[in-house]
Amino acid sequence: MSTDTILQATDLHVTLGASHILRGINLSINTGEVVAILGANGSGKSTLIRALTGIVPATSGQVEAFGVPMGKFVPWKKIGYVPQRVAATTGIGSTAGEVVTSGLLYGGRLRLPRDHKARAHAALEQVGLDARFDTPLANLSGGQQQRVLIARALVREPELLVLDEPVAGVDRPSQVAFAQTLAGLVETGKTIVVVLHELGEFRPLITRSVVVRHGQIVHDGSAPAPTHDHSGDDHDHVHPHEGFTPEGSALIQETGFES
Amino acid sequence: MNILTELGYFFTDPLMQRSLIAAVIVGVAAPIMGTYLVQRKLSLLGDGIGHVALTGVALGWIVGAGMGLVERDALAIPGAVVAAVIGAVAIEFVRERGKTSGDVALALLFYSGIAGGVVLIGLAGGTNANLMAYLFGSISTVTTLDLFMIAALGVVIIAVGVGMRSLLFAISHDEEFARASGLPVRAANIVIAVIAALTVTVSMRVVGLLLVSAIMILPVAVAQLMTASFKTTMRVAVIVGVIVTVGGLMITYWVPLSPGATIVMLAVLAYTLVAILKPLFATKNGRGHDPHPDVPDDVALEGVQGALTKEGASCNE
Repeated sequence: MSTDTILQATDLHVTLGASHILRGINLSINTGEVVAILGANGSGKSTLIRALTGIVPATSGQVEAFGVPMGKFVPWKKIGYVPQRVAATTGIGSTAGEVVTSGLLYGGRLRLPRDHKARAHAALEQVGLDARFDTPLANLSGGQQQRVLIARALVREPELLVLDEPVAGVDRPSQVAFAQTLAGLVETGKTIVVVLHELGEFRPLITRSVVVRHGQIVHDGSAPAPTHDHSGDDHDHVHPHEGFTPEGSALIQETGFES
Repeated sequence: MNILTELGYFFTDPLMQRSLIAAVIVGVAAPIMGTYLVQRKLSLLGDGIGHVALTGVALGWIVGAGMGLVERDALAIPGAVVAAVIGAVAIEFVRERGKTSGDVALALLFYSGIAGGVVLIGLAGGTNANLMAYLFGSISTVTTLDLFMIAALGVVIIAVGVGMRSLLFAISHDEEFARASGLPVRAANIVIAVIAALTVTVSMRVVGLLLVSAIMILPVAVAQLMTASFKTTMRVAVIVGVIVTVGGLMITYWVPLSPGATIVMLAVLAYTLVAILKPLFATKNGRGHDPHPDVPDDVALEGVQGALTKEGASCNE
């Protein structure tokens, strides 16, 4: 394995309950790449990213991060994960600052560093929300909450950023803002793996697209054209149709492969 | 007959001194643990552990009787600790699996805990009356040995609950993110379960197993009404916890009421008062602003385009 491969899955299978979700994934991601993982709902793309970050254990096969098999010895500081959506607001309110600060803890570092406050402020600054440091998460919009989660991933200054459908259910202005934030991160040389339902605003940033279907990788390379009937009965639209697009073209816009 | 001499009696009575120390320890420790339980939406976990602990009390009683101890219930607290810890870890395993059948498994565990306790105490030659002290608390019968056990457990609970706050917060707030960060999620979950079990047994003598959850959860519920951050919620909950436990104990020194129930009713009263008074102070604590979250409209209106791009604009600051 070459030295600049930072994430590698070898014959990865994942079974959850009775479902064989991932069926033999081989994937390696190199430093500096901006990889989009695409696929329909239920294709296994989210499970793939969850297996790559150690949230879901591999049933068979192997995942290596920075050349280390998934587990205790992975250099967790180098990985920043951004979940699909904010965990349903928990019983106790927590401020944006508290949430971001929790990103300073990772495998091998179970106590906050001395300068945790300054670092949390800096991370929130990066996503343009430093003024909201003391605002409860529940008082922020969906898009702002998403940016807080990005700050939580960035606060430990990772080399690899893994994002699971960052714009699902997020309004269009936030999507545009988010693409700009991501572009800034690409410029700083971070490696990015992002699960997307549609390329949309991200199209110019993506250097490689991986398409997952029925738990297998069916395409790995440049951005693909849509190959299935996006408006067919079997297509389950869960993302919002919030774009301020002219009437009639919304569906095409939402595929993200046009426009 | 003046108040000062009465208070003098209260604070110099050795019985009351022991009770007071126990009340303060519980007032501090229970809300700290309760904050994590509320955050994990496990408010009723304390109740479940309390049920299981009753079997432990009865087992401690049986062992104590078998060993011919003079104080037949000397081993009640150790017995409750063992049973509660085992029960809490079992509950954590069921929770982690997250299966629907887990719900029934928990019910089975809880009810066998209560029924098992009553049956075992009967086999040991005791009566249900012996269990009443544990079910509803009996802070006035706290012995010096009990107090040492309560103090030792209290120190452990406070040390873990405060010392590991950032880690326990990270894991309680977003377990999935914690996993993706390589944090020892399972170990931390078991720590929380064990500490919750210790909290139940510590609070058992003060408010009783049936009301143990109340002293863990109600101060947190009161604090939640007033605070926005996790850290201040925990701090305010501790202050409320100490006020109600000490206040309840003092009331029952002069009025013949059950201390446990009085403490819980004080907590309920505190919640009601704060809930009623909160709107009056809304502007003072900065909560007086527009309560609607800062979300752009999802409909386009003529002439108010500015509202739609507010979100996009704010990120360029």
